[in-house]
Amino acid sequence: MRANPADYELVAPGNLPDVLSLLAKEPGAWLPIAGGTDVMVLYAAGKLPARKLVSIWNLPELRRIEVLPAEVHVGGACTYTDLQEHVIIRREFPLLCLAGSWTGGIANQNRGTIGGNIANASPAGDSLPPLLAYEADLLLVSARGERRVPYRSFHIGYRKTQLGPDELIRAVCLPRQFSKYYAYVRKVGTRNAQAIAKVSLAALALINDGANNHRTNDDPANNRGVIEDVRLAMGSVAPVPLRLAATEKILKGKRVDSQLVRLAGQAAASEILPIDDIRSTARYRTAVAANLVAEFLQRLSAAG
Amino acid sequence: MTDSSRGRAKSKISFRLNGKLVTVETYPMARLLDVLRLELGLTGTKEGCGEGECGSCSVLMNGMLVNSCLIPVLQAKDADILTIEGLPSDGRLQKLQQAFLDCGGAQCGICTPGMILAAHHLLSKNPQPTMEQIREGLAGNLCRCTGYVQIFEAVAKAARRERQHESESR
Repeated sequence: MRANPADYELVAPGNLPDVLSLLAKEPGAWLPIAGGTDVMVLYAAGKLPARKLVSIWNLPELRRIEVLPAEVHVGGACTYTDLQEHVIIRREFPLLCLAGSWTGGIANQNRGTIGGNIANASPAGDSLPPLLAYEADLLLVSARGERRVPYRSFHIGYRKTQLGPDELIRAVCLPRQFSKYYAYVRKVGTRNAQAIAKVSLAALALINDGANNHRTNDDPANNRGVIEDVRLAMGSVAPVPLRLAATEKILKGKRVDSQLVRLAGQAAASEILPIDDIRSTARYRTAVAANLVAEFLQRLSAAG
Repeated sequence: MTDSSRGRAKSKISFRLNGKLVTVETYPMARLLDVLRLELGLTGTKEGCGEGECGSCSVLMNGMLVNSCLIPVLQAKDADILTIEGLPSDGRLQKLQQAFLDCGGAQCGICTPGMILAAHHLLSKNPQPTMEQIREGLAGNLCRCTGYVQIFEAVAKAARRERQHESESR
């Protein structure tokens, strides 16, 4: 049954303090709507439980990208297009830009927001594995004040998050420490635009180049080619976007060779918790997860 | 608080439509698509999937390509909306239309207004796109007739004609 607009309330206070005081007055009663690329789909299908909505689209306080010396703060209502057009984000956080470039077509990238992708909390959200890989923090704001939480602990179960009923995602904090990392991201889906991921991997790795990355006072030349740091994050393979901690542990301090590629693929396959659903099967996802980790390591090794 | 519409009341919402100021009295959650078609009588904007997948309802909002089925009309308040009816009928539109005709880029026609708007948006940002960029620019617009190749060729042809036109007029 199609929704009747007469059954819904929508207000647009136009500034953050007024939105927060509305949320504080009746916690849980108001659903924030930014670009509507998730909310309006449910609404059109008559499946939106909320009857009262508050627009946060274009709130100036949430549509800023602040470049600080050690971090970049991306406002929660910044769109995928905003991310891709920002020169620092493009240069230092390519995983986010690439993931944004296949989140729907251009029209959805012009409306879909990073905060919406996080709050919607689908394990298939395209920008979520990159946020895990970059170890982002979230700034959550309410009339009570602001708090900072690691993104890694934000999702507490399938579509469950730490976000309070009176809170908004004000900004995503990205540490500026990855310019030397090799970056890899791939989405496996029916097609890139408009399709939801069956499996996705975002990965970062820092290889010892024999000069300044060595962790110990050993002869630096001995550590040349060793994986100093690695972050692997997958989408659509668990109830929440997943960091592959056990696989990372196997990789750290090693050089990439065929045996390591095999071991890492096996570790990834046993670390994920995939299910059968309308988009894919657990078996397929397990095989593809191992293949993606292998492809990442082979390209990393080829990149030297 | 501004723009409040308590308890299922209609409210007056104004925006610029194809260059002219319009005011509608409707529910704030009415979809921009329905307001354009049903209240304002502009049926060039089509409804395909109604969930942001197909691009038939594409319009430009403040110069950005958007799906009008995913926009509650209150969010269009004070915006500049451009529909297929409002594209200037000289210059780029004419070249695109002619190229779609020449290449067989339109068959049943449901996707065509959205395709033209997406192509127009692409060419205004990137007047000489590669085939890959054309494919990406139109990736949010589905067509069930042509198999896409004719559409991509039409956009490439329109871009070539624009370049020729520019070099001739220099």
